[in-house]
Amino acid sequence: MKTIFERTPTLKDCPTHYCPGCGHGIAHRLIAETIDELGIRGRTIGIAPVGCAVLAYNYLDVDMVEVAHGRAPAVATGMKRANPDKIIFSYQGDGDLAAIGTGEIIHAAHRGEQITVIFINNAVFGMTGGQMAPTTVLGQVTATTQQGREAANEGYPLQVSELLELLPGAIYVERCALSGPAQIRKAKKAVKHAFQLQLDAAQGLSLVELLSPCPTYWRMTPVKAMEWIEKEMTKAFPLGRLKG
Amino acid sequence: MCGNEALAEAAIIAGCDAYFGYPITPQNEITAYMSKRMPEEDRVFVQSESELAAINMVFGASATGKRTMTTSSSPGISLMQEGISYLAGAELPAVIVNVMRGGPGLGNIAPSQGDYFQATRGGGHGDYRTIVLGPSTVQELVDCMPLAFDLADQYQIPVVVLADGILGQMMEPIVLDKKPRRELPPKDWALTGAKDREQNIVRSLWLPEGALEEHNYKLQAKYEQIQKDEVLCEQYALDDAEIVVVAYGVAARIVRSAVNQARKEGIKAGWIRPITLWPFPTEQIAKAADELSIFLVVEMSMGQMVEDVKLAVAGKTPVLFYGRPGGGVPTVSQVLERIKQLTIPPKKQ
Ligand SMILES: Cc1ncc(C[n+]2csc(CCOP(=O)(O)OP(=O)(O)O)c2C)c(N)n1
Repeated sequence: MKTIFERTPTLKDCPTHYCPGCGHGIAHRLIAETIDELGIRGRTIGIAPVGCAVLAYNYLDVDMVEVAHGRAPAVATGMKRANPDKIIFSYQGDGDLAAIGTGEIIHAAHRGEQITVIFINNAVFGMTGGQMAPTTVLGQVTATTQQGREAANEGYPLQVSELLELLPGAIYVERCALSGPAQIRKAKKAVKHAFQLQLDAAQGLSLVELLSPCPTYWRMTPVKAMEWIEKEMTKAFPLGRLKG
Repeated sequence: MCGNEALAEAAIIAGCDAYFGYPITPQNEITAYMSKRMPEEDRVFVQSESELAAINMVFGASATGKRTMTTSSSPGISLMQEGISYLAGAELPAVIVNVMRGGPGLGNIAPSQGDYFQATRGGGHGDYRTIVLGPSTVQELVDCMPLAFDLADQYQIPVVVLADGILGQMMEPIVLDKKPRRELPPKDWALTGAKDREQNIVRSLWLPEGALEEHNYKLQAKYEQIQKDEVLCEQYALDDAEIVVVAYGVAARIVRSAVNQARKEGIKAGWIRPITLWPFPTEQIAKAADELSIFLVVEMSMGQMVEDVKLAVAGKTPVLFYGRPGGGVPTVSQVLERIKQLTIPPKKQ
């Protein structure tokens, strides 16, 4: 028999704690594959966020640190400045990066830190029970927008990638979706490119935003969640390479 | 060189690889000095966007095994408390200098000792301790830096150097020498890339039942070791003392003059000066309390360290307090007056 697909070594062989249909597992695989394909496991340091992916180090077999909510880009700055030869990536949710950590990501990009940021946008705070995130779309029902998000009261979905695109220090910004095989293949390319830039010592920050399903807190089946990304989420968050 | 610049140079000599800071008075000389000197030494300087970011940059550099520090003053140190708690939880070494100013709130930029509680109790959340050093001269401030880095590395713990605006701005002759270092354990926990080894993880989350309790016991054992081995304090004329004056930092300089004057006037006064504020010299103070001396605690605050003195004295003898907050600095004559009020006037011959 011929093996046509196998687990990439940097992804650990263990049971997952993620809910069925969650996008974090897919994003982890893309990162692990990238690390293996680029052969950089021995010089990579990852930063786990506070959020559902706080235990990312249980799945990604690289040196990893777990940091305070939202502070990953500052931690990454300390790591990269002190170790320019290492490949530093942060993995952050949209509560982590777009709410409590807005200051840190803007300034890390603004300084042009040579780090890679994988930004998981699932339009809710997963870990704390499905509350509104800055990225929650208009009309979306969450634990804290029970009538649906209203612009007048809660503002519009925050488009972090569009914000970062404006900063000279951000050299590569792309938004992809984990909503099906074709999209996931594109996402993989983007993730790999973001790491490759760092490997090439490109002068600035690279960020890949991944629209990611959260069937549990969207109250949908995994299949419906994938559809919802393409039909609804992409309206507020258009896919594509914004910069670089 | 003022105290601020002197401590910065001492940190460089002590092998600080990376400095991160955000400007705040009265410690701006440190950030400016580091911005020039660190690149000269081919080391890292970053002016962060906030103290929140600065302490997390320290967290990042430390997690990779580098010697790293940040400096700030009171309001900035408040912002760092989250990061200090995470450093303590993840057992990462770091040096944090607080050149204290008056508070609460924005307070003022005058010298103060109002952050003693925050420093010694742990202003962040959770069951943790930091080592706290309270130098009283610029020379001691300078000597504190290599000690702080060594203690941080030896115990994998954040170390706070608690100075104040006077020390930071003061100029005194100093000797910057390279004292022999401690034997330090290897940083085999550091994140350096998992090359030919298993992954290293630096974390402070312990979810499984009992895991955090276990982790806390481990931290506690370390703290007990520090309390046993690392107390530093200076004592003077305790043998026949009827009154013991306790003060740290700049306040201790005033106390020293006041006690010397009291002795000249025939009052049996002595002093104890804690150099480590945590671990606190509880035993030394308890011993003096056994001799039934009266205690007077002098601080540039409304009374914070006095609580630790009371705990050490444990009700055996009276503990009185004199302090001035908000930038007020007790004078020698004010302290002397308190000493006189509390002691039986010596008989005239
Ligand atoms: C300082 C602080 N505030 C709040 C929390 C609680 N908290 C944990 S995770 C989280 C939101 C996570 O959402 P997101 O970043 O979108 O990640 P997800 O769980 O959806 O993957 C919050 C608010 C915390 N841990 N620390």
